[in-house]
Amino acid sequence: MNVQKDYFYTKSHEWVQFLSESTARVGLSDYAQSEMSDIVFVNLPQEGDLVSVGDSFADVESVKAVSDVYSPLAGEVSAVNEELLDSPQKINEDPYGAWLAEIKDISGKEELMDAAEYEKFLAESAE
Amino acid sequence: MSKLIFERSVEGRGCSLLPESPFERTELPARLCRGKAPRLPQITENDLCRHYTSLAQRSFGVNCGFYPLGSCTMKYNPKVNEVAASLEGFTEVHPYQPAYAVQGCLEVLDTAERYLCKITGMDAVTFQPAAGAHGEYTGLLLIKAYHHHRGEDHRNKIIVPDSAHGTNPASATMAGYAVVSIPSAPDGCVDLDALRAAAGPDTAGIMLTNPNTVGLFDRNILEITKIVHDAGGLCYYDGANLNAVMGIARPGDMGFDVVHLNLHKTFSTPHGGGGPGSGAVGCKELLTPFLPAGQVEKTGEGYRFAAPGECSIGRVKSFYGNFLVVVRALCYLLMLGCEGIPAAAQGAVLNANYMMKKLSSTYDIPYPGPCMHEFVMSLQSLKDDCSVSAMDIAKGLLDRGIHPPTMYFPLIVHEALMVEPTETESRETLNEAIDAFLALYEEAKENPQKLHEAPITTPVGRPDEVKAARSPVLRHRFGEE
Repeated sequence: MNVQKDYFYTKSHEWVQFLSESTARVGLSDYAQSEMSDIVFVNLPQEGDLVSVGDSFADVESVKAVSDVYSPLAGEVSAVNEELLDSPQKINEDPYGAWLAEIKDISGKEELMDAAEYEKFLAESAE
Repeated sequence: MSKLIFERSVEGRGCSLLPESPFERTELPARLCRGKAPRLPQITENDLCRHYTSLAQRSFGVNCGFYPLGSCTMKYNPKVNEVAASLEGFTEVHPYQPAYAVQGCLEVLDTAERYLCKITGMDAVTFQPAAGAHGEYTGLLLIKAYHHHRGEDHRNKIIVPDSAHGTNPASATMAGYAVVSIPSAPDGCVDLDALRAAAGPDTAGIMLTNPNTVGLFDRNILEITKIVHDAGGLCYYDGANLNAVMGIARPGDMGFDVVHLNLHKTFSTPHGGGGPGSGAVGCKELLTPFLPAGQVEKTGEGYRFAAPGECSIGRVKSFYGNFLVVVRALCYLLMLGCEGIPAAAQGAVLNANYMMKKLSSTYDIPYPGPCMHEFVMSLQSLKDDCSVSAMDIAKGLLDRGIHPPTMYFPLIVHEALMVEPTETESRETLNEAIDAFLALYEEAKENPQKLHEAPITTPVGRPDEVKAARSPVLRHRFGEE
């Protein structure tokens, strides 16, 4: 399972890429996309939405199920990746490139794992 | 794929199915007339019959074979229900007829309501909702109206365990609530600590299925409903799995305030493509002022429709719901009686445990029983060992004349197959199905490629689900479009 080195991760398999101290992009890990299999539909938040840590702020639908995406950050949605609306398969093809939303004015975050910790977490959950 | 009826159409062919009208023909003003005739298929009666017969032959229902679709309760629909529902007094009525002219129909609604109240421990039942998710939505509107009436509109969150049916969070969202998902404990039941942490002054209620979707009766049910009530929320019972406990344990006694019943599951009315359904909603007295219009009441002079309460949420469907479905359900209730109803539940639980026990030495059972009316198997280890997935086993069952169980649900079990045999299957049928499951397991080990290619005997094998979901073809396009 591919884990992007410079990203941070949640236990619910979202990734966070910090663009600066206060701005970050959020997406789904390679493990998440492989568990869900082919993704066919994505619901994204709106620009300007205020999100809190743990809010379900997007959802992705695969042929298996619909899954909520939980915000690992508190802040304001400053951009969404609209390309995914027409091409949800990008999440399967390039999980670490296919960001869902960009969050600015980050005022809080859940405890995140770095790549090494996330790899360990995946190995432990597989047992 | 066989041809669509539009592709069978030939210009100039036809059959006259409509009798001559006895009324004088009226010409509409030209501005109200369409410019072109509708493109109805032109086909002879013979070809039409063959078309629909061939479609019918390609479908699979409970009348064709074993159909253990978990959480769907695909029980046999007794034919006597159909006899009752085709009686003229029920079919040749109009919803605008005055109450005195349809006393029998009103008696059906009243009697069915009383019986279902007794089974659920509720004080009133509305038959308006057309199906299960519609019932959930209606029940949530009752909860919402209750909080609103008490000036507690700030209660905007509904708690839903992660093992719930997908319709629960969807209905809560439709009703304008935010959904708080709480994890299940390792035993598959509600994690009480997680529930305590989630319940608070913004809690409108909880939606719970009991027995839950892994087929277990939550032992902490009284504590669960108390935690929610103490926080000021109400408790919603998803009746999808009532078949396991009907006539034995009542949602009302467990502490629930509102419940929906799928008459098309538990009470043996046609289900799936054979519907329509009925998502009857029962509630305790504290919610009755908010019920939709259409409640029947008995007076000295007979039955009548009660005037809707001032706080009623209004209608959620036209008239009285799917009335003939209620007739079928009442027929079922009367045929089984107060001894037969719990016996049916016991039979459902016995059949599920029989199958689970017989399969448990071969297949992984993540929540070992005893189970209630259904059980869940995980095919993760089979997938790891020989790359045969839950999907492959399901496709293999098709070649053996069995409808596959529910797949990939509940989401908390990997490679899940969820089996619900129901009480209407004989021991012989269960044994045949058990043999099929065991044989498929052997085949997965010995010849996985064969299962990857299954099914080979059905008219449709493995449709491209991804393509169907990403670019669905939703209607026929005529040549010139």
